[in-house]
Amino acid sequence: MPSLGADMERGTLVEWMVEPGQQVTKGDLIAVIETDKGAIEVEVWSTGTVEELCVDVGVEAEIGAVLARIREPGDPPVEATAPVPAATPAATPKPASTPAPAAAPSVAPPTAAGRASPWARHLASQRGVSLSGVAGTGPDGAIVGADVPQAKAAPARAKGSDLDAMRRAVARAMAKSKREIPHYYLSTEVDMTPTLAWLSRTNAALPPPERLLPALLLIRAAAKAAREVPQLNGFWRDDQLEMADAVHIGVAVALRGGGLVAPALHDADSKPLPALMAALSDLVRRARRGRLRGSEMTDATLTTTSMGDRGVERVDGVIYPPQVAIVGFGRITERPWVVDGAVVPRQGMTVSLAGDHRAHDGHLGARYLTALCEHLSHPEAL
Amino acid sequence: MTTEAITQQLLELLVELAPEFETSEIAHDEDLREQLDIDSMDFHQLAARIYEVFEVDIPEAERVELTTVERCVAYIGAHRT
Repeated sequence: MPSLGADMERGTLVEWMVEPGQQVTKGDLIAVIETDKGAIEVEVWSTGTVEELCVDVGVEAEIGAVLARIREPGDPPVEATAPVPAATPAATPKPASTPAPAAAPSVAPPTAAGRASPWARHLASQRGVSLSGVAGTGPDGAIVGADVPQAKAAPARAKGSDLDAMRRAVARAMAKSKREIPHYYLSTEVDMTPTLAWLSRTNAALPPPERLLPALLLIRAAAKAAREVPQLNGFWRDDQLEMADAVHIGVAVALRGGGLVAPALHDADSKPLPALMAALSDLVRRARRGRLRGSEMTDATLTTTSMGDRGVERVDGVIYPPQVAIVGFGRITERPWVVDGAVVPRQGMTVSLAGDHRAHDGHLGARYLTALCEHLSHPEAL
Repeated sequence: MTTEAITQQLLELLVELAPEFETSEIAHDEDLREQLDIDSMDFHQLAARIYEVFEVDIPEAERVELTTVERCVAYIGAHRT
C-alpha cells in the first residue's frame, strides 16, 4: 500500500486492474485504492509477472502492507498464499520504500472484457465509457479504437469521492502545515501584457483543441524559476531540505461540490508546451472524475494555486507538506502602470509566494519570484 | 441543424464536463459558471469539443460573452457553415 499523501495512514483496495499470471511493466496501472482524497489509480513499480494478489477487493490496509507480489525476470516462482479475505485486515505490513516516479504506462493492461489496445483505452477514458462487454475486432479479439463506439457509459465508482472524508483529509494536512511549517510570505506584481499578447498570437494559429491557456504559462514559469532557485523545489524531511531532481508542479484543482487536490504535472519545466497543455487538461479532467494515479498524488515538488477565475487578486497559500513552497496567482486585471515615465493601462497580476522558513529565507524567495516574473515577461522562451 | 438539436448536443457536452449533472438539470438562461462550477479549464475543453462537434471556432476574446446555454446555442447557430 503506497503512501498517497502526507497525512495518509491507510487505504482500501477497491479494484484490481491485473490478474495473476499477467505481465506488467513498471508504471502500468495495477489497482485502484480508495483514500480520503478519492479513488487513486496506483502504478506498479517493477516489471515482471503478477504472482499473487494478496489483498481482496474491499479490504482496508495500512501504508506498507503487501498488496501483490511481482516476480521479476530471473526470480524463482513464489509459493502462493491465500489472499486476505474481505472484512479482515491485510497481512503484517512491511515497510514501504519511497517509490520512484513512475514512467507513463507503456502497455495498456487488459480490461475485464479482455485485451484492449492503448488507443482503445485512451478513447474509452476520454469518453467515459467502459470496454466491458465490447467485442474486439483486433488481433486475437483485442479491442481496438474502432470498437470503442460500441461501449456503454462506465458505471460510477463506488465511493468515488467522499467529500466529507476529503474535507477531513485536507483539514489534517493544512493543520499540520500551519502547525509545523514556519511560513513566510512575499508578493509582487507582474505585467502580463506581453504574455497575453504572445498567447493570443500563438493561439490564433492553432485549432481550438491545441490552444494554450494562460494558466499553462504560469505553471511553466513557476517550473523554470524552480530550476534557477532549486531550494524552493523539494521536501523538508529529517530536519533538512532535500532538493528534488525533477520539477513536478502540483496543480491545485478545486473539485465540484467541494474538496481540493493538487496532483503533480510532471516535468513542467521541460516538456514541450503543447504536450504540457495536453497533460494539464488530462490531469484536471481526471482529477475531477476521481481518476488520479498514485504518482500524481506523491510526486509534486512545488505547488501552484490560481484563484484568478474566481476574481481573487491575491492568494497566500498554505504549503503542502513535505513541500517547502507554494506559489499563488491572482486575477489578471487592467491596472495603471508606469511605462517610460507615463501611466498606461496594462494587464497586471499579483504573484505570491509562501515559503518554508526552515528550508530557505526571503532572499531566496525574492530571487525565485524575480525569476518567475522574468520568465513570464519573455513568453516566447517559455 | 435546428436550434433544438444544437441545444441538446451542447447540453450533452456540458454533462461531459460535469458528469454529476443531468442535461435536464441545466438551466438554459442561467450563468454556466455558477450553475456547474466550471472554470477556464472547463471552458477551454468545452470550446475544443464545440469545435470537434459543431466545427465552430470560438476565439478566446469572445468566450467571455458565452455565459449561458442560450448564448452558446445562438453563437453556434450563427457561426455554423
